[in-house]
Amino acid sequence: MRVSLFITCYNDTLFPETGKAVVRVLERLGHTVEFPQGQTCCGQMHYNTGYQAEAMPLLSRFVEQFKGAEAVVVPSSSCVAMMRDHYPKMALAIGRVELIAEVDALLPKVFEFSEFLTKRLGLEDVGAYYPHRVTYHASCHGLRNLVLGDGPMRLLKAVRGIDLVELQGLEQCCGFGGTFAVKNADVSSAMLAEKTTAVLNTKAEACTACDNSCLMHIQGALHRQRTGVKTVHLAEILAGDEGALR
Amino acid sequence: MSGAGLDPKTAPTFPMAAKAMMGDVQLRKNVRHATDVIQEKRARVVSEMPDWQELREAGKQIRRHTMEHLDFYLEEFEANCTRAGGVVHWARDAEEARRIVIGLVKASGSDEVIKIKSMTTEEIQLNSALEAAGIHPYETDLAELIIQLGADRPSHIVVPALHKNREQIREIFQREMNLPELGGRPEDLADAARMFLREKFLRVKTAVSGANFLIAETGGVCVVESEGNGRMCLTLPETLITIAGIDKVLPRFQDLEVMLQLLPRSATGERMNPYNSIWTGVDGASAGDGLRDGARDGLRDGPRVFHVVLMDNARTEILADDEGRQTLNCIRCGACQNVCPVYRQTGGHAYGSVYAGPIGAILTPQLQEMHHAQSLPYASSLCGACYEVCPVKINIPEVLIHLRNKVVKQNTAGVAGLFDVEAGAMKAMALIFRSERRFRAAQRLGRIAERPLVRRDAQGEGWIGWLPGLLGGWTQARDLGEMPKETFRDWWERRGENGN
Repeated sequence: MRVSLFITCYNDTLFPETGKAVVRVLERLGHTVEFPQGQTCCGQMHYNTGYQAEAMPLLSRFVEQFKGAEAVVVPSSSCVAMMRDHYPKMALAIGRVELIAEVDALLPKVFEFSEFLTKRLGLEDVGAYYPHRVTYHASCHGLRNLVLGDGPMRLLKAVRGIDLVELQGLEQCCGFGGTFAVKNADVSSAMLAEKTTAVLNTKAEACTACDNSCLMHIQGALHRQRTGVKTVHLAEILAGDEGALR
Repeated sequence: MSGAGLDPKTAPTFPMAAKAMMGDVQLRKNVRHATDVIQEKRARVVSEMPDWQELREAGKQIRRHTMEHLDFYLEEFEANCTRAGGVVHWARDAEEARRIVIGLVKASGSDEVIKIKSMTTEEIQLNSALEAAGIHPYETDLAELIIQLGADRPSHIVVPALHKNREQIREIFQREMNLPELGGRPEDLADAARMFLREKFLRVKTAVSGANFLIAETGGVCVVESEGNGRMCLTLPETLITIAGIDKVLPRFQDLEVMLQLLPRSATGERMNPYNSIWTGVDGASAGDGLRDGARDGLRDGPRVFHVVLMDNARTEILADDEGRQTLNCIRCGACQNVCPVYRQTGGHAYGSVYAGPIGAILTPQLQEMHHAQSLPYASSLCGACYEVCPVKINIPEVLIHLRNKVVKQNTAGVAGLFDVEAGAMKAMALIFRSERRFRAAQRLGRIAERPLVRRDAQGEGWIGWLPGLLGGWTQARDLGEMPKETFRDWWERRGENGN
């Protein structure tokens, strides 16, 4: 299949390893990967902070970049949630008939990375090897807006060498919430403290998720506390090479 | 007697109030424990309902339909309530509602009232207005009694004293009821409250109640509760004054079938409320029942004078806003509060309003003029847990985002808006994202700009432990990793050039 990547602005800038891992997994599975160069940002930060007018042109831009795609894969559950929950309404607000139709046609082809593997391709085992103790954090947008269910867990369970430990309070928000972490820093920090305590209690070497924004938040505290525990995007675990077994 | 109410007009911003709450370790422990217990009970009784999702949908449809035809159902309620012997009053705002209630209490000839839990009276700060008018209110709901005696403020719409633990309640009772020997078992506290309240029930002839639902079809009013104290207020006094927001109406009696399943399970994790009271008009209204007057006297179990005050207080403005309207569907179960990770950290007082938690974050800014509650729509991480549990499917995150947009529009209007730091940054970033060239330039610039802030850790990795200005909130508890040397798009290009 011809798969177009939307890597998202913060993954592109701050977490390029995630994008590389997505490419590795998809190519290993035999797909052709494309990266439309004109892509930038889905508009989530603006939209969710109240700057709806500023987010509108980013919708048009996204559609422009991806309208011919066979499938669009996004390694970020919150960006996909932004698109599914708000793009149709935004297109209506913009009011251009062809844009409304293009958004309607494009959205069913947009998948969060783990969702693409489990729901679109019907896979659980993607041939990964990752010999570490790992715990999984279900990001709120993946859990509730995208209803990823146990998809990411099934992918992880199929990874060779992995020692998967369940996180207490899995469905609890880590406290990131975009600008929430800055605007309500005290409450956000308290929520984060509960999350990092749960992560540390698992004795895992790494905490994974389908969203680098949560992971950046969790990693920020784990590093501040000098815990030595890392965070790693699910794609990077799934890209772990079978070749390493030999 | 009671402490100053929660008034959004004078309340500090949410982040400031939250910061103060974060220091109260006991309160936060109480809130988390209580919400854990209720959530666990709720999950259990909801899971035993095979048709829970269908019930939620039914609840949503009933509420939506009602709001679309609210004028019709309110008039129907008024006609049927009047026919049954009630007197309906319309109050445009809090001031008018207070004036009407005070006038009615005075007309009843009483200078005291017993009250049964009504968040609406908290919304309009009725108690302090009654006291100023020389009328003494006695709260009779156990939690409200604790709040009143402790000169405290409610922190939850269903469990107003949830931020207090048993020992703290015992201390309040010991002090305020003059019971130095009072024990600490739940039954000791219940006994003390019962003795204290029974005397009020038997003496005070005028009651003020809230309402869970108004039933248009019958003109009846419904209150659900756990203790039976409400029923005492509804049946013993001679004059009953019910005050309700105009959003409380339900079209048909049959609609209670849905609501009385959704509400108790969502609110307190009970299958059914121990007390479901529905009263219509006044006792003796059915004078044609053939009973002699004396015989009827023995059957008395309701008020002889019954008033309903239907209060708008900005609700029609919410109704007029297509996106905000679903806020009025709320049936005040508090499930969103219990599940909210923000509320669980701060408790209710941080919200500066009687309506706390996610529902408060959307209701308060709409009930009040927005500038009194600008920080509330941002008091959420948009995790969506509130939407997931809402028994009438109010999409709270959606309304939060809608209200944030209103806040931004307000803050960026006029000349002052030109100097709004956040708006300036947001607009600049939006401009950057509208061009790939500018985005790449910003990525390069970011790497240069962060350089003075980056420190190497023991592993040789670059981390930022301090950020200036607005971003300082981040580094309060978290480090930020240094930007990688190469963006994904640069890697992708390099890869293409190498022919891989």
